[in-house]
Amino acid sequence: MLLIACPHCGPRDEAEFVCGGQTHIARPGPPETTSDAQWARYLFERDNPKGLHLERWLHRHGCGQWFNVARDTLTHEVKAVYGLLDTRPDVT
Amino acid sequence: MTGAFRTTTGGRIDRARPLSFRFDGRAFTGCAGDTLASALLANGVHLAGRSFKYHRPRGILAAGAEEPNALVGIDRGPGRYAPNLRATQVEIHDGLVAESQNRTPSLRFDIAALADFAAPLIPAGFYYKTFMQPAGWWAKLYEPRIRAAAGLGRAPRGADPDRYTQRYAHCETLVVGAGPAGIAAARAAAARGDRVILCDEQAEPGGSLLAETRARIDGLCAQDWLAAALAELAAEPRVTILPRTTAFGYFAQNFVALAERVTDHLAVPDPNLPRERLWQVRAREVVLATGAIERPLVFPENDRPGIMLADSARTYLARYGVKPGCRALVLAAHDDAYGAALDLAAAGMEIALIVDPRPAADGELPRRAMAAGLPVRMSATVVGTRGRLRVHEAHVGTIGADGGVRGVDVVSCDTLLMSGGWTPSVHLHSQARGKLAFRADLQAFVPGATPQACRSVGACAGEFGLQAALGPATRVEDDPVREGGFAGALPHDRPRARAFVDFQNDVTAKDLTLALREGFRSIEHVKRYTTNGMATDQGKTSNINALAIVAAASGRAIPEVGLTSFRQPYTPVTFGAFAGTSRGELFDPVRTTPIHGWAVAQGAIFEDVGQWKRAHHFPRPGEDMHAAVRRECAAVRARAGIFDASTLGKIEVVGRDAAEFLERLYVNSWKKLEPGRCRYGILLNEAGFVIDDGVIGRLAPDRFHVTTTTGGAARVLSMMEDYVQTEWPDLQIWLTSTTEQWAVIAVQGPKAREILAPLTEGIDLSRDAFAHMAVREGRVAGVPARLFRVSFTGELGFEVNVPAGQGRAVWEAIWEQARRHDAVAYGTETMHVLRAEKGYIIVGQETDGTVVPDDLGLGWAIGKGKRDFVGKRSLSRPDIAAPGRKQLVGLLSADPGHVLDEGAQIVAMRDPPPGTPALGHVTSSYWSATLGRSIALALVADGRARHGQTLFAPMPGGAVPVAVTGPVFHDPEGRSLDG
Amino acid sequence: MADALEGRAPIVWPDRLRVAALPPQARFVFRGDAEAAARAGDAFGATLPMTPCRAAADDARAALWLGPDEWLLLAPPGTEDGTARDIAAALADLPHALACVSDRHAALTVSGPRAETLLAAGCALDLDPRAFPQGMCTRSLLAKAEIVLWRHQPASFRLEVRRSFAAYVWDFLAEAAREHASA
Repeated sequence: MLLIACPHCGPRDEAEFVCGGQTHIARPGPPETTSDAQWARYLFERDNPKGLHLERWLHRHGCGQWFNVARDTLTHEVKAVYGLLDTRPDVT
Repeated sequence: MTGAFRTTTGGRIDRARPLSFRFDGRAFTGCAGDTLASALLANGVHLAGRSFKYHRPRGILAAGAEEPNALVGIDRGPGRYAPNLRATQVEIHDGLVAESQNRTPSLRFDIAALADFAAPLIPAGFYYKTFMQPAGWWAKLYEPRIRAAAGLGRAPRGADPDRYTQRYAHCETLVVGAGPAGIAAARAAAARGDRVILCDEQAEPGGSLLAETRARIDGLCAQDWLAAALAELAAEPRVTILPRTTAFGYFAQNFVALAERVTDHLAVPDPNLPRERLWQVRAREVVLATGAIERPLVFPENDRPGIMLADSARTYLARYGVKPGCRALVLAAHDDAYGAALDLAAAGMEIALIVDPRPAADGELPRRAMAAGLPVRMSATVVGTRGRLRVHEAHVGTIGADGGVRGVDVVSCDTLLMSGGWTPSVHLHSQARGKLAFRADLQAFVPGATPQACRSVGACAGEFGLQAALGPATRVEDDPVREGGFAGALPHDRPRARAFVDFQNDVTAKDLTLALREGFRSIEHVKRYTTNGMATDQGKTSNINALAIVAAASGRAIPEVGLTSFRQPYTPVTFGAFAGTSRGELFDPVRTTPIHGWAVAQGAIFEDVGQWKRAHHFPRPGEDMHAAVRRECAAVRARAGIFDASTLGKIEVVGRDAAEFLERLYVNSWKKLEPGRCRYGILLNEAGFVIDDGVIGRLAPDRFHVTTTTGGAARVLSMMEDYVQTEWPDLQIWLTSTTEQWAVIAVQGPKAREILAPLTEGIDLSRDAFAHMAVREGRVAGVPARLFRVSFTGELGFEVNVPAGQGRAVWEAIWEQARRHDAVAYGTETMHVLRAEKGYIIVGQETDGTVVPDDLGLGWAIGKGKRDFVGKRSLSRPDIAAPGRKQLVGLLSADPGHVLDEGAQIVAMRDPPPGTPALGHVTSSYWSATLGRSIALALVADGRARHGQTLFAPMPGGAVPVAVTGPVFHDPEGRSLDG
Repeated sequence: MADALEGRAPIVWPDRLRVAALPPQARFVFRGDAEAAARAGDAFGATLPMTPCRAAADDARAALWLGPDEWLLLAPPGTEDGTARDIAAALADLPHALACVSDRHAALTVSGPRAETLLAAGCALDLDPRAFPQGMCTRSLLAKAEIVLWRHQPASFRLEVRRSFAAYVWDFLAEAAREHASA
């Protein structure tokens, strides 16, 4: 079970969280100027890296807040935790 | 007397407390402190099991968790049978009942041992090569026979009556293994003030110290030092010592799973105690002090009962006061075997010969053995043994300078002790994703770097000897350096002889070289083809030897061949420990509404909806489900019914931008909805598919009461929080789940107004003052209420929301009024039928995550002129706009009495050729009491263009013709809505 | 008012453990920013803590931090209308949300020297007083149910549970408490 440091509540077990998948994906819009290809990318295309992955987590059974996590998918090491609207942290 | 092979003194067993137990029906006596293995050995019993494949008689090889042979079943009564336990880890108690496995009819005479004579015919990969032809025989003949022969031990019958618990724990230092290195680590951590958990799989902490005979520590004998050290640790309030506790899994971020066996060793357990306890430990640092496992030697016929690991034999003597036999031949590729020979000789066992494959051994222990006059032969090995149920002679040959073996001397012995050195137990380090490094001097892998806060100490790190384990601050005397070690197969001159590598799965050195000859190169493939290391012991005694054999035969170095993965669990763990309390009533939360007790008292039949229990129907005496549902449906349409809708999800959306928020989220328009009005909302995901629906009422300009489906409550709230926090942080709104704040009582039917009128204060229920799709606040039955005028039946309807604590009282007050109008209480089935008659959808029934609003005929709900909402862009994607989509229709079977099966496929032809794609499927199907016939809803390709067509539902009894209609079967004009 | 744990007799192992249901309570969820929370605290009568996972309480009222803009307010039963009025009046010009959730929860206490151990049967939090001191509160999980856990006294925890999970939580604790029946 992962240990994830919620930016508000501190380290908590994975069971308290919901993973929202890859982060930093802007919702395209408005609809009338969004091409089918753009929209399909937004809906369906996600990275599946071996190594660093930037992803969204919700502390559902905690403070109820969404935040970003930089996690190594190979070692499960959580390399950074940062706010939803923050820029990408300097981790590799 | 507790066995002919019991010494009169020494060991940690209590000779004054004899315990009686049974093994294969025969009564034996052991001592308190014995394991089943030590007690059997004390009684001269070595034969303890049959091997898996060849059914060869096997004896006790080891003294710990690595034991591959002596697997037993322990019978503690009905439902309490545990198979495949290692006799070396089973503590005996008075009345213990154990039985051997994998033999018919008895351990001494096993009919399946015929397999052993056929051994030359069943090499590695035998199954894959043999049972291929003829093809039809696999299912009929081969598989059933193989299944009958396969499997080890038998599963218990009946439910497990024992209780299991779980516990989370946190500590700064978790020490796995309470041998000398673990105790030293625990003491150091305790001195820092850490919370320490020290766990050990054995009954007593101490590890190798429990059998240490020679060394003195700080001037004390090892056992006295151990007792003092443990007493000191036990006195520390922040130290937890867990004996009988196996650390079996190491997961990310220092999360370690421990299985504690709480009561199995007790003859009469306290019924309040669980049988086992699963610990889930989160540690700041983990110290692995898991020791090392002695390595067997691979030589011809090395698997007979009486052939043991040398240090295990010494452990039986030192710890349990048991001599493993009378006359031993010792095959020593490591100095520790000399120490074993010295101790056993001192206890009166005859050492027939020490055979050492090394050209020379000049360590302290070999020197002492020679000085004591024990016969030693260097550059020699064992090339064969004899003895069916117990070894009785060993054949010793000389290893020449060319590596070949010549000459055979027959040595009679009843015990053959072997040592190929030590393999560090790196299982947990490896599970922690630590790297491994090969040390040629040890012929073993030792821990390398680890990504976690985890370190290995003592023998598991390849640091042998008490001084290394205890550290420089502790004075250790007489703990001489021991050297040596051998991995692989010893040389011999008998090409047809079998030398076993994996005892539990009967893998021989020849099987491994055969796999290489047949082209397998990767060790992972060799492992799977030969099954080496794939038995319940996961190759604890066999992996390194197998690796060395594969390396030698393929001309590679051991590190080049690599190592197979170490997986959880280290030793098998019961299902009970994993389940813990999650069984029976506590398997999953059972959620009930405030009105549940009333429904129970009325004899309602319940259905599970997620975790909720919902009243499905309310049968009267003599009624079956169909009769009850027909009666309930008819009553609602003719008079009225009341229904418990409390499980509906509810979310209070509050804030200046509440309407804007709903506008962006739902397909509908909200900004112009007047306070006091409601609207049916449809929620899509970004892919455009319907995921939830519900009525949303505007209580005030900045406050909405949102309802969701029962199953969607948590999901919708999370989704809303997601958009609030991530997409639209500019909006000023807040969400609060109020699902459980409100009990919801639906009153539906032409008499609904008359039922509620006498109970309602502050709300004008009249048709003009309180229109359909309006919401009012007032009091019902004296309780503050939110009253919605909504209908999921097509009849005049209200939904009364009152605080949950008053729900039952208000329900009963409404019921009193309802009875005066001959109304009924109805359940979810009647609700389903009534809404289907009206063509109202249920998300999850008419939708499956691939349905857009227009497919359901709900395109009208999409707000006109809305620039965007969640999922909007997807509605113009080419495949969604394309013709041929499945659309909601009604189906009427040609035989009005025939109720279609839900899920039935719909096709155009009566007998379509195989492979014809279905046009769609039935989503809902009921008997309609209102129409006096069956009705069904279905999603059918281009369904709206097919009204009037006849299609078919192919069923096992023949295709059922159905007529396609619109989905509204009853009152399409909505005349009943106003009562 | 019917409580979801009505009729559950306390589980008492003297000198070790006590699990007891609590009577009904007025409850609100308050949501808003720091300024709104500060003013709401004045109106409510208990400070809304700004420190994550902390509660402020006197004998009658308590405010529990649940999230950076979310607090659970506890007040004597029957004070719902007055409390709502007071807060609404004090915050007329400040954006916020107040929702009455008195009936959403049931509450119970787990107290005694074994309280931490009992909760550890289903709660993954580190409940050592150094990690979870008096006054700390948080949403978390107990086995398969969400709870709000508050160490309201040095050796006593208060659990707020969604009412339909209350029976499950109680039964889980009763089963887990069994092993503490024997000293």
